[in-house]
Amino acid sequence: MTPQPLVAVDGLSVAFPAGPGPEAGSHPTAGLVRAVDDLSFTLRPGAALGIVGESGSGKSTAAYALLGLHRGTGAHVTGSVRVAGHDVQAADDAALRRLRGGTAAMVFQDPLSSLDPYRAVGDQIAEVHRLHHRGASRRAARARAAEVLDRVGIPDAARRARLRPHEFSGGMRQRALIAMALACAPRLLVADEPTTALDVTVQDQILGLLRELREENGMGLILVTHDLGVAADSVDELLVMKDGRAVEHGPVRDVLGAPREPYSRELLAAVPRITERRQRPAGADADGEVLLEATALRREFGRGKQTVTAVEGTSLTVRAGETVGIVGESGSGKTTLGRMLVRLLEPTGGELYYRGRSIGGLKERELRAFRSELQMVFQDPVSSLNPRRSIGESIADPLRAAGKLGEAQIVGRVRELLERVGLDPAAYHRYPHEFSGGQRQRVGIARALAPEPKLIVCDEPVSALDVTTQAQVVRLLGELQRDLGIALVFIAHDLAVVRQVSDRLVVMRGGRIVEEGPADDVYERPRHAYTQALLAAVPTLERPATTAGHGPAA
Amino acid sequence: MTGYLLRRLAGALAVVLVLTAVVYATFYIAPGDPARLACGPRCNPEQIAQVRAQLSLDDPVHTQYWHFLQGLVTGHDYSTGAGVLHCDAPCFGLSYQNNQQVTDMLVERLPATASLAVGAMAVWLLLGTGTGLLSALRRGGITERVLTWLTLAGTATPVFISGLGLLMLFCAYLAWLPFPTYVPLTDDPEQWAWNMLLPWAALGLLESAKYARLTRSSLLETLAEDHIRTFRAYGATERSLVGRHALRGAVAPVIALSAADFGSMFGNAVLTEMMFGLPGIGQLLVHATTTLDLPVVVAVVTVTGTAVVLANIVADVLHAAADRRVVLR
Repeated sequence: MTPQPLVAVDGLSVAFPAGPGPEAGSHPTAGLVRAVDDLSFTLRPGAALGIVGESGSGKSTAAYALLGLHRGTGAHVTGSVRVAGHDVQAADDAALRRLRGGTAAMVFQDPLSSLDPYRAVGDQIAEVHRLHHRGASRRAARARAAEVLDRVGIPDAARRARLRPHEFSGGMRQRALIAMALACAPRLLVADEPTTALDVTVQDQILGLLRELREENGMGLILVTHDLGVAADSVDELLVMKDGRAVEHGPVRDVLGAPREPYSRELLAAVPRITERRQRPAGADADGEVLLEATALRREFGRGKQTVTAVEGTSLTVRAGETVGIVGESGSGKTTLGRMLVRLLEPTGGELYYRGRSIGGLKERELRAFRSELQMVFQDPVSSLNPRRSIGESIADPLRAAGKLGEAQIVGRVRELLERVGLDPAAYHRYPHEFSGGQRQRVGIARALAPEPKLIVCDEPVSALDVTTQAQVVRLLGELQRDLGIALVFIAHDLAVVRQVSDRLVVMRGGRIVEEGPADDVYERPRHAYTQALLAAVPTLERPATTAGHGPAA
Repeated sequence: MTGYLLRRLAGALAVVLVLTAVVYATFYIAPGDPARLACGPRCNPEQIAQVRAQLSLDDPVHTQYWHFLQGLVTGHDYSTGAGVLHCDAPCFGLSYQNNQQVTDMLVERLPATASLAVGAMAVWLLLGTGTGLLSALRRGGITERVLTWLTLAGTATPVFISGLGLLMLFCAYLAWLPFPTYVPLTDDPEQWAWNMLLPWAALGLLESAKYARLTRSSLLETLAEDHIRTFRAYGATERSLVGRHALRGAVAPVIALSAADFGSMFGNAVLTEMMFGLPGIGQLLVHATTTLDLPVVVAVVTVTGTAVVLANIVADVLHAAADRRVVLR
């Protein structure tokens, strides 16, 4: 028992007015949605707590309450939150502003939108520094900004401090946000999904940086994440949240090694493991006919001096009924390649054959005959469905475009498809906003299935989803492949997910394929140095569990 | 940057050329005989034919258009009964109605319209964006409600009604202002401003509600962005959140729309000009159109078209200056 905890949360509840308009909040309890329900925890100075849970579990809402960020938003906050002895609920506005940044600093998700696009990164950090060091001159603040940028590992920090956020890479922006927190020398760092938007190798660096900074400055850390692997590597204690409530709370080894609560076990079991081999569905045949063959595909964007080659000299074969996984970091050209395979993009060079026929250079009219056989499932199920049309209509689109079926047959087929992907056929007339992320992705899959394709390219189909939903969607794709014999090209940056679904694996970097082979070979005996680095950077749950002497969770 | 400007200016030139060609073509197709109108009601057919020859109306339309372009670049010499009348390089020809040089007419008329447009823009920017800011930040306050009501009323009322109201109130009833007569800025800046006050108010009010709504929605949108949340979480005051971070993003669409509106004022402010007796080019255009005075119509269209495209180029450059992510090319 330490005399004064850095953070003491007691009986915290946060409720938002439900439905449109603030009027719903006029009754104290009616019409409220409880995002956080009776949450209590403490954090010792210098300790690290991970708050994990699926989207909608209230973990970010709880983190926001630590800095009093719900004030003035219409949210109802009850219970007590004390940070470094300050009562966040009772503090006046000026005291709260001193606390924000000065005592507890927040590192936000999505580093692109979290920085002011109009101003130099260094100036933004200097501004935050001056908010908490009233006497500091502009010059001193600029110097401090360059210093902290240097500390978080931005090379040539003094010069880069003058750049705008869009001139930084994603990893550099995330470092800049951490530097902003450092500029005020806070006692507590609250990091909300700090690595979700980043590639595994960059994620590894950022998590390492957070660890170093904690050791160096004795900062407390609250890490909010949906990724148990990220939490396992970085915190001492873990708090599992579900529907606004704390389900389980304890040392990270215990929670991950021997979870007591069924929900924690469920969550843990759903985490894809990089060591897990693909379970080939019985009766599936990986040596089917060659469906798609690409040789030396190349794609350029832009003209003249601004030409960027996104994909260069990639050759790939996809057979009927198999799954080819494509992994690589952002900017590696995997999406560009995927879009060329279904001819949503025209290759700048190289050859593309579908069942022996060259389709690389076909015009839109000539392609129409192949469109229904080559389909795509997109990453973001929110923005890839028209919000103003019912999901049934969206699924019917490709059928209408094909023009083979009558109206009654189309509606019948859409209902069949909805049932096939695990949705209620009666959902035909409902709209995308009425569905959860996982359900929307099912709609996206149903739409791709509608014209009875031979091959579907799935571009990051599960990266926007929670682990449990991820597992369900991956299972669905496996079943569909088994039942319908579809070939899948599965593009993802998550190496563990790709392993679960792929027969063969392609590793891309800088627009080229650096390694290719049967999935198990590539994962177990990577030959290329880049593949080895990628695999080494993947956070795993097993590390703390094994050090604690427990076996991995069932 | 220089390359970009040159390309844009070339594009602007092309737009204006097409515009003038369309006006020529329209005149050729439209019914009515400019020569008959120019000559007057008591002319006999021979006289009309003579006028027609004098105005070169017998030439094919493309020849006339070619002469017009030549005049713009090199100037033109017109033979009158007594001698030769020289029209200098940007020559828009002579008015069919009174043989005046159109270029001179424009130079005489342009200052009034430009004065009106500049002042009206100042009014809609101050009143419109001010109201928009207030309604985004302090919704429901008494000032905000009065201003919102005022801008909506100003926009909903045709300018010849609101202008009349303003004249009655300030010039006749309260007698705070003289009935406006146009005094050129170069003659007496103070009198210019006093006399332009009501026209500015009338025209500015007409546009202000649009700007109030645009500013409000644009600012609310920017305030909801993630980077605002970042600085709020670091203890920035609400005032600095708006002033330092939100405003810059929020004004971009206001600038863009202002530029387009400013340009179009040159052709669309005619009602205000007529209401307040301003000798502007809008009035000139209306008169020229009814008398089929082609050189004057083409000249005014050229000026208004140029104003619109130039204002848009200025807006794009300003936008790029405010937002470094925007690359001009």
